[in-house]
Amino acid sequence: MTRARAQSLLWLAQRASAAVLAACVGVHLATMIIAVRGGLTAAEILSRTRGSVAWAAFYGVFVRAVAIHAPIGIRTVVAEMRGGHHRVVDGIALVFGVVLAVLGTRAIVAVTGT
Amino acid sequence: MTQQTDPHRPATLSVRVWRGSGEGAYAVYDVPRRPSQTVLDVVTHIQRQIDPTLAYRYACRVGMCGSCAMTVNGRARWTCRTHVEAVAADDALTIGPLAHLPVIRDLVTDMREFFDKWARAKGAFVPAATHALTSSPSPMSAAGPSQGANCTPSGGSPAARAASVGAHTAGRGEKKSGAPAPRIAMDDFVRIDPASKARRAADAAIECIGCGICYASCDVVAWNRAYLGPAALNRAWTLHNDPRDGARTERLAAIAGDAGCHACHTHQSCTERCPKKLAPTASIAGLKRAVAQALVSGELA
Repeated sequence: MTRARAQSLLWLAQRASAAVLAACVGVHLATMIIAVRGGLTAAEILSRTRGSVAWAAFYGVFVRAVAIHAPIGIRTVVAEMRGGHHRVVDGIALVFGVVLAVLGTRAIVAVTGT
Repeated sequence: MTQQTDPHRPATLSVRVWRGSGEGAYAVYDVPRRPSQTVLDVVTHIQRQIDPTLAYRYACRVGMCGSCAMTVNGRARWTCRTHVEAVAADDALTIGPLAHLPVIRDLVTDMREFFDKWARAKGAFVPAATHALTSSPSPMSAAGPSQGANCTPSGGSPAARAASVGAHTAGRGEKKSGAPAPRIAMDDFVRIDPASKARRAADAAIECIGCGICYASCDVVAWNRAYLGPAALNRAWTLHNDPRDGARTERLAAIAGDAGCHACHTHQSCTERCPKKLAPTASIAGLKRAVAQALVSGELA
């Protein structure tokens, strides 16, 4: 794969994940607003989410979109601050993405697992 | 000419001008104010009346050549069409060379980097191969596909055109002897609907004069030295919309990626400051869409 194609695919992935995030953030914000009406306690939240395949799937998509979108942006920010694109920048972005994916997945398991 | 005088306006301008190359300092000059005075008039006055060693660049003085761009009060402008009245609010001017380009001396920048990036963005028209010729064999078709532009009636290279003329002459000679005259197949002009989407897109971006103001105004150029910049990408967009051009895929590969259209953050400084009122940001957005389509279709390998 040429560098132009690879970098263009990254741009496309960031745009596509942004579209997914726009929907996910909307649902997430609406859920928070609705959820606090009955009092916001950990027990109440967990009673709704534990064992819920739907919430696990929704936040699974959310976390994946974040893990794709944010590192590509970080890659650009770091590259512009450092003055050029290098393997180090790609490495930083990759590690950042893996960390987001792992932490996000861990949170989903904690909230929706039984 | 009747000189309009404002009794509250000072008779002179205080003008700070960058002197030196990479290292230097601003020198202060007092320049008499005149009606309809442009910033280029001010610089010319300093060079001709005060300090002949001042280096600056200009040519047409009417906003066509794009050579007189400088930084005026912190903003890149074409100085020949910028009236002092419009920019010297406190009767003071600070004039420097364009940003993001090496300074040769005083107000003269080295534009090589700027125009080299036009070349890297494949900013030259590449004629498409002429259409297949469907008429009877002729020296042109027998010689293989022409490399000439299909926008010209005769298509082919000068050598091919010369061959066709020779054949035509020979044909007439043969006609005298009774043999059928070979038809000289000529590729026609490409017919472009002025109202077509591609033509309108090219029209909107075509009037660039290469002044470098967009390049000097672009933050991304400062952060990413490999970035091709708004002017080069704008040029690529005009060629992308030219159906006569035969290098669309190569050009998309050249302008895609971290140093190309995808580096643009859509700050729109180029669009705001372009003296020709072009919108390089829109051109770059068009290139992003074109690259995305090429990715999906597999055209961009």
